[in-house]
Amino acid sequence: MAPVGAGSGAGRHHIVSVLVENKAGVLARVASLFSRRGYNIYSLAVAPTDDEKLSRITIVVDVESSPLEQILRQLDKLINVVDIFELAPEDATEREMLLATVSATPADRGQVISLVGVFEGKIVDVGRERITVMLAGSPSKIDDFENLIRPYGIVELQRTGRVALPKLERRAARLRSIAGGSDTGTPVQ
Amino acid sequence: MQLTGAQALIKSLEMQKVEVIFGLPGGAILPVYDPIIDSSIRHILVRHEQGAGHMAEGYAHVTGRPGVAMVTSGPGATNIVTPLADAMMDSIPIVVITGQVATTSIGTDAFQEVPITGVTMDITKHNWLITDVNDIPRVVAEAFHVATTGRPGPVLIDFPKDIANQMMDWYWPSSLDELDLPGYHPRTTGDAAEVRRAAELILAAERPVLYAGGGILKAHGADALFELATRTGIPVVTTLMGRGTFPDSHPLCLGMPGMHGNYTAVTAMQRADLLVALGSRFDDRVTGKVAAFAPDAKIVHIDIDPAELGKVRRPDVGIVGDARIVIEQMLEALGALGLGAPGTDPGPGTAAAAQPDLGPWITQIRAWQEEFPLTYNQVEGGALKPQYVLEQLRDMSPDDTIVASGVGQHQMWASQYWRFDHPYTWVNSGGAGTMGFAVPAAIGAKVGRPDKTVWAVDGDGCFQMTAQELVTASAERIPVKIAILNNAYLGMVRQWQELFYAERYSEVYLSPDLPDYVKWAEAMGCVGLKVESAEEVAPAIEKANGIDDRPVVIDFRTDAFEKVYPMVPAGASNDDIIVGPSEGEGGR
Repeated sequence: MAPVGAGSGAGRHHIVSVLVENKAGVLARVASLFSRRGYNIYSLAVAPTDDEKLSRITIVVDVESSPLEQILRQLDKLINVVDIFELAPEDATEREMLLATVSATPADRGQVISLVGVFEGKIVDVGRERITVMLAGSPSKIDDFENLIRPYGIVELQRTGRVALPKLERRAARLRSIAGGSDTGTPVQ
Repeated sequence: MQLTGAQALIKSLEMQKVEVIFGLPGGAILPVYDPIIDSSIRHILVRHEQGAGHMAEGYAHVTGRPGVAMVTSGPGATNIVTPLADAMMDSIPIVVITGQVATTSIGTDAFQEVPITGVTMDITKHNWLITDVNDIPRVVAEAFHVATTGRPGPVLIDFPKDIANQMMDWYWPSSLDELDLPGYHPRTTGDAAEVRRAAELILAAERPVLYAGGGILKAHGADALFELATRTGIPVVTTLMGRGTFPDSHPLCLGMPGMHGNYTAVTAMQRADLLVALGSRFDDRVTGKVAAFAPDAKIVHIDIDPAELGKVRRPDVGIVGDARIVIEQMLEALGALGLGAPGTDPGPGTAAAAQPDLGPWITQIRAWQEEFPLTYNQVEGGALKPQYVLEQLRDMSPDDTIVASGVGQHQMWASQYWRFDHPYTWVNSGGAGTMGFAVPAAIGAKVGRPDKTVWAVDGDGCFQMTAQELVTASAERIPVKIAILNNAYLGMVRQWQELFYAERYSEVYLSPDLPDYVKWAEAMGCVGLKVESAEEVAPAIEKANGIDDRPVVIDFRTDAFEKVYPMVPAGASNDDIIVGPSEGEGGR
C-alpha cells in the first residue's frame, strides 16, 4: 500500500514518461535497469499509445535514490526506448485511479456513500457489509480520499499508479537534448 | 530465392563480411551448423563456449571488427555469459548467436532450455529472440549495427530451432532505414560551442593532463590524440584499456594511472588543474577515493555515451561524441584560437598567445619520473622476478607484438613493463577482471592478425581456467605463445592477504608443479618449456619466438613473494600511493 500522503511528496518524486517500442520484454528491460542500478520506482503504469508500435511507461521515480539525469541517460541507452519526457509535477497533468473495498455497515454506509459523493467517486459494487468504490483524480486527491476512508475500514485497496501528460501551456523540454549532450551544467552529484 | 532460416542466418553473416565464427555445436543450434559446411566463413571449434566468447573478444580487440561466436542453447548459452559481461564492461563489439529450443517449446522447461535473453539482458548492449523466420536478415543487420556503432558492445541473437528449419524469401536490408531501431541514434559529433569551451580551458591550463582511455581505440582516434598531445604539449596518461593509444616511448607519455599505475601518472592527475578525459570513464581503479581525486582539476569529459558524463565526476565541459571526431573538432577549435602546428607562432592577441608556459609542469613531471621510477631487483642467482621476464620478453619480441593478459599481478606487471608503441597491441580484461581471459583472447587475436606475433602473459591461476583452448589452437594451427608467470599462488589475492589480512593466507596456494605445465602443454600439442632462473629466460624466449607452426607455452617459475607496486589501497586517496615495499616488509 502506498505510504500516506506520499503521492504529494513532489520534491522527491519525478514523473518520467518513457515512450518504448511495443515489443516483447521491453518492460522487463526497463524494470531490470532500475533494479540493476539501484534506482527506486515509486509507481509504474504501462499501456499502449495511439500508435500501435509504441507503448508509454509512466514511472514515478524517487530522485533521492539517484540523480534524475543519470536515470534518464541510462534509460535512453536502452535500444527499445524511443523517447523520454521528464515531467516535473508542476508541469504535468497527472491522474490516478483507485479501487477500494470498504467496510460499510448499515450504520456507516450513509457516511461512506456521502464521502464518495464529495470526491466524485463511484460505487461500483455493493455487498451486505462492504462496498467497492472507484475514484479517479489527481494523486493528492486520491491520497486525501484514502486517508478519509481509512477509519471506516479498508478491506482491499488498489491504486493504478500515476499516468501523466505535459501541461499544455508549458510543454516540458524533451530529454533528447540532454541526452544529446548540449546540457552539461546540471549538477548530478 | 527461398532459404531455410539456418541458411538465411549464415548468409546474413556472410553479408556482414564475417570471416570467422568461434563456436561449438549442440542440439538446438544443429540446423545452423549444416550450412556452415558450404559457407566461406571459417569456423573454429572451441573446447568450451567461454573460449569462443573470449576469442571473439580478442579478435575484435585487434581488428576493430565485431567478433562472432555461436553456441547452443542452455548450458552452451550460459557458458558464454562471462564473455558477454566482459565485453559489456570493456565496450567490445561481439555478436553471439545462441541456439534456442523450438518456439513451441519455449516456456515449458524443455531440454537445454534457458531464457538467455533474460539472463543476458543487463550484460548485452541489446539482445533479440527471433520469432519469425522473415526477421532473420533484418535482425542480423540490426545486431551488427548496434554492436559496432555508438559505444560498442556485445549483442546476442537467440535463435529457436524450428525457426532455423522454416523457409523464407531471402532479402537483405539495403540501408539503415530498413532496420527497426526507432530509439537508436548515437551521436558522434560534439557540440561546437562546448568544443570551443574545452579548447579555451586547454589553452588556459597550467597543469593539464590528457586522460586517454579505451574509447579512443574504439573511435580509431590514436592519430588524432597524437596530434592533440604534440600540438599542445600536454602529457598523456593511458588507462589500462587505453594502453597503446599514445606511444609509451614518446616523452609526453606518462604511462598508466590508477591503483597500480606509476607514481608520475597517478600524481600528475592528482595535481592537475585540468583533466581532459577522452573515452575514459573515471573508473574506481583510476580515481581511488572519488572525493579526493584530482581535487583542483577542471574536467573536460568527452565520451560517446551520454550516461558517462557526470556518472562519477561532474564535468566542467561535457561533450557527447566519438573521441576521434571530437578531438579533430578540438584541433580545429584550437587552430581558430591561434594554436597551430608545433613550432608555429600563434597570432598576436589570440588565446594561444596568452597560453601559460607548460615548462614548469613538465619539469615537475620529469622530477617525479626521476625520483619514483618503476623498480624491481633481480638478484643474480636469486629468485626469478616476473618484471625481469617481461622486460626480456618485451625487448626480444617484435615492436608491434600483440600482448594478451589474464587478470591479476601478471596483468599489472605486463601493463607496467611492456612498451606499447602501437594501438591495438594490448588485449586485456579491464572492467570485468575475468581470470582466464588471456589464452582464448590471444587465440582470437592471432586469428584476426595472423601476421603478428601474439604473446599471452598469463598467471598460473588464470592459465588453469581456460588452458584447454590450446587444444583448439593446436588443432587449428594458431601459433600463439603463452608466458606463464608461475608463482604458485593466486598472486594478487595473496598480495592483499599479505598487506591487509596480516599475512593470513587463505586458499591462495596453487603449487608450482601441479599441474606439470610442460607436460600439459605437450599433451595439448604445444611446445612446452620451463624456465627457473634469470639466465634461462632469454634462450627460452628466443626459442619460442622461432616457433611458428604450433603454440608454445613457457612455464616461468617466478618469485612468489614479489608484489605489484606502486599501489593505492582500495578506497584510499591517490595521494596515499605506496611506491614500494616498506623496509623489512614480510615476504611470506
